[in-house]
Amino acid sequence: MLVIVCPHCGPRNSNEFTFLGERSTRPAVAATTPAAWRHYLYFKNNAAGEAGERWFHVSGCRRFLDVERDTLTNEIRSVRDVGEAAG
Amino acid sequence: MSGSRLGVQPGELIDRDRVVRFEWNGTEHHGFAGDTIASALAAGGVEVFSRSFKYRRPRGILTADYHDPNLFVQVGDEPNVRAGHRLLISGMDVTAQGAWPSLGFDARGANRLVGRFLAPGFYYKTFISPARLRPAYQKILRRFGAGGKIDPATPPAHAAKRFAHPDVLVAGGGPAGMAAALAASHRGARVMLVEENHHLGGHLLYGGPESAAALAELRALIGADDAIEVLTNAVVTGRYDHNWVGVVVRHGGEERLVKARAKCLVVAAGKIERPYVFAGNDLPGVMLSSAVRRLINLYAVAPGTRAVVATANESGDAALADLERAGVEVAAVADLRKSGSLLVRAKGRGRLTAVELSGGRTIEADLLVTAVGWTTPTSLLNMAGDRPVYDATAARFLPGEFPDDVLAAGGVVGDGSIESVVDQGRVAGFEAGRRALETGAAWQRLTPRAAPAPEVDTEPTVIPRLPAMPHPELFTGPTDGFVDFSEDVKGRDLALAAAEGYDSIELAKRYTTVTMGSIQGKLAGVNAVAVHAAATGATIATTGTTTWRPPYAPITLGALAGVDEDPVRYSPMHDWHDAHGAVPIGAGQWIRPDHYGDPAREVRNTRANVGIIDVSPLGKIDLRGRDVPRLLEFVYTNRWDSLAIGGVRYGVMCAEDGVILDDGVTARLEESRFYMTTTSSGAGRVWNWLDEWLQTAFPTWDVKTTAVTDGYAAMNIAGPRSRELLQRVASGVDASPESFPYMNARIATVAGVAECIVLRIGFTGELSYEVHVPAGYGLHVWEELLAAGSDLGIAPFGLEAQRIMRLEKGHFIVGQDTDGLTKAHTAGLAGLIKIDKPDFSGKPELVWEGEQGPPRRLVAIQPVDGSVVPAEASQIIAGGLTRGRVTSSRTSPTLERSICLAIVDTEYAAAGAELTIRLPDGRDVAATVLEHHAHVDVDGGRVRG
Repeated sequence: MLVIVCPHCGPRNSNEFTFLGERSTRPAVAATTPAAWRHYLYFKNNAAGEAGERWFHVSGCRRFLDVERDTLTNEIRSVRDVGEAAG
Repeated sequence: MSGSRLGVQPGELIDRDRVVRFEWNGTEHHGFAGDTIASALAAGGVEVFSRSFKYRRPRGILTADYHDPNLFVQVGDEPNVRAGHRLLISGMDVTAQGAWPSLGFDARGANRLVGRFLAPGFYYKTFISPARLRPAYQKILRRFGAGGKIDPATPPAHAAKRFAHPDVLVAGGGPAGMAAALAASHRGARVMLVEENHHLGGHLLYGGPESAAALAELRALIGADDAIEVLTNAVVTGRYDHNWVGVVVRHGGEERLVKARAKCLVVAAGKIERPYVFAGNDLPGVMLSSAVRRLINLYAVAPGTRAVVATANESGDAALADLERAGVEVAAVADLRKSGSLLVRAKGRGRLTAVELSGGRTIEADLLVTAVGWTTPTSLLNMAGDRPVYDATAARFLPGEFPDDVLAAGGVVGDGSIESVVDQGRVAGFEAGRRALETGAAWQRLTPRAAPAPEVDTEPTVIPRLPAMPHPELFTGPTDGFVDFSEDVKGRDLALAAAEGYDSIELAKRYTTVTMGSIQGKLAGVNAVAVHAAATGATIATTGTTTWRPPYAPITLGALAGVDEDPVRYSPMHDWHDAHGAVPIGAGQWIRPDHYGDPAREVRNTRANVGIIDVSPLGKIDLRGRDVPRLLEFVYTNRWDSLAIGGVRYGVMCAEDGVILDDGVTARLEESRFYMTTTSSGAGRVWNWLDEWLQTAFPTWDVKTTAVTDGYAAMNIAGPRSRELLQRVASGVDASPESFPYMNARIATVAGVAECIVLRIGFTGELSYEVHVPAGYGLHVWEELLAAGSDLGIAPFGLEAQRIMRLEKGHFIVGQDTDGLTKAHTAGLAGLIKIDKPDFSGKPELVWEGEQGPPRRLVAIQPVDGSVVPAEASQIIAGGLTRGRVTSSRTSPTLERSICLAIVDTEYAAAGAELTIRLPDGRDVAATVLEHHAHVDVDGGRVRG
């Protein structure tokens, strides 16, 4: 069980979070193609190493977080609030 | 009779004033409180404790502790009890397990006569063909299993798990572990000290007067230290990422799992004595020096009467001294440190009778003690990433590199006097405490609004590395014997595996099953590597170890499962339902009334008069803010920006792949206040879904979402007389059809309760009002509605009647009539998909699905024979292929015939199409596709009236 340092709640066990997988960029809906859209839906890098992930602190502050995690070592390089970063 | 109880020993753990009586294979025995099962039996002269796994050889004490491979016994209905560890309890019914028909004579012992056929892979090679005989093989081979018996009637043992957050967790309560715990505590850390045995002390427990004095001092200090929590008869089973540590605490046969987040882990696991590989090494009477020391010093049991001691180290020398002090005759000592001095073979049938040493010297003996070296139990370090390194001088693997939050102390890192081991443990503990406090301070700084983190010492202390003393490399003697006692694997089996091409130790392990038995290779590991290295011409260093994985020791499934923590939810009206004959049904986490005796009557009454149903489990989300309409436009497929205050709309949410996620109605109560309902099971999912879009895609939008499912009780009054009923109890609302039309919502006072939300909607297909009231008033309003409607023929109805009525009306249920592939067009929702909206979740997929036409469609169907109700999930067959399935089916009390919803391939979905439904019993029945989803009131006159 990992420790994820939530920017709002501090270090918490990862079972407080929902793992939403690797982040992917949503294509612009007006111009997308089936290939591009399905790449967005189904294709992941599954990197052995640095991965950009999204986690949801569902049993905590209910904020969505961007987590940079090394999948080989489970070292977590950074955790940022998606909404605060974007807003 | 080789065993017998000695006079009082200085460090003995037994209480001679408390005699404990128990049974062994039906014969009465006795021991003392503090005895293990094995020590009591050994004191009573028992030599053979079990039969071995493959060859059914008689086996006796080898290590006399938890890791003894030969001491697995059955206690009552509990199999695989480790008799070298489990404490004796009065009345215990102990039996040998795996012996057939008896421990003294095992019919399968013939296996050893055909041992050459039981080479590695024997079972794979032999019992593989012909395939038709495999069940017969299975039956026979099961008999050969060595495990105990389980009683299916035994109630499952579930112990609640415990979570712990020690600063420092010390694995191992020997001298180094105890010193580390004390030093960490002195530094200000909270410490959890975990010891596998029943007492702290490790080898100090049986080390003589100097050890006893050191132990007494350490124990006194630990006993006086409130910051150290001591868990004895407990074991650290695994170290996972970020120092997540599993600890199993045992109480007799029951276990509890402690899940600990340690800021620093100190591994002080000591050393495990290694057996020697030579002919006859498994005969009862052959034991390790540590077993002899435990039996004599801890339990005052003489392990034999005439001994040969083969020693290469101080442990063997100490065992020799113990034997002499205990009055056991020592017939010969083979000092294996001297060149030319060899232990050749142990002789005897069924038990040891003689020992052959180098030079052809054979000595009669009933006890052979071996002391040939140590294995470092590096499991926990391996789990932290360590790859142990072989040290040929010390003849054992030693820890390599591991992360900063893990430290090692004591025997796992090296050797030394009690004083030097304690000193090294103390420094390691001191540094562990510092690192833990540093991590704690860092975590505190990372926690918003926490108190300021304390100043901590950032200057690390260098931990001295205990030297590993030279030791001769002794793995195998001049003859072959057992490498793995658990799995009956001999040296020649490993050699054969190497010859067959299994040149990697990891492959040889899986092929021969060496180290894969019940003690997980704790004794066999290094010998297996040495034999394999010799067979492949490699060195031990390059061969390396097999991978040690969690758990270090077995855990019962009950401890892992813990208790079921899934909540059970009840509506505020639950007790009323209970008192009025409701038959409950589990629906997700909720317990709901399925019906009150007769669902068909409930349907007819609702359609004729008025019914009332508790719909409190509906998901409810309060939405506020200027931009709520934009959010609704995005998450639903249909239009929302034009919804007027007081209006209600039905909507379907699709995921980005176009598959239906949830559905429900949302009302606009005020300009910037909306009230969303979701399916009961989708309440949490939808709330998360809304928040995800708001936070990740639209962070500047002004929307606040609040889950209010438990905040409101909800009830639906349905039927032609429901308006009349509402008019009687509601004030502040004009219920006439003109001022409160279908698909509208009003805030009203109901039965005196202000701020109720009344939605005029119609899942059941009847004129109906859903009344949402603050949860605390739920029962009050429910009872008032029933009282006010008594002359209108009101009666409660349950989930089953609601399901029938919605099916009559053709309303689908997400997850029942849709699945993980059902996109919105498939469900017949074309009219609700507004592709002129610039964007909404799943839009591209729905555009494409609309262009291409859905491959399948949800349709209403009716069996031609209306008395047949096809089971849900019955297949729809055409041309010998499955073309769809029935998703919902009931008998309609209104139509007095069977009705269904089904998903079928589009080419079979046209109105009037004739289908064939295959029932579970194999019969085929004909059915017809309807034009609309609704079976009843197709034009919706009832619901809009």
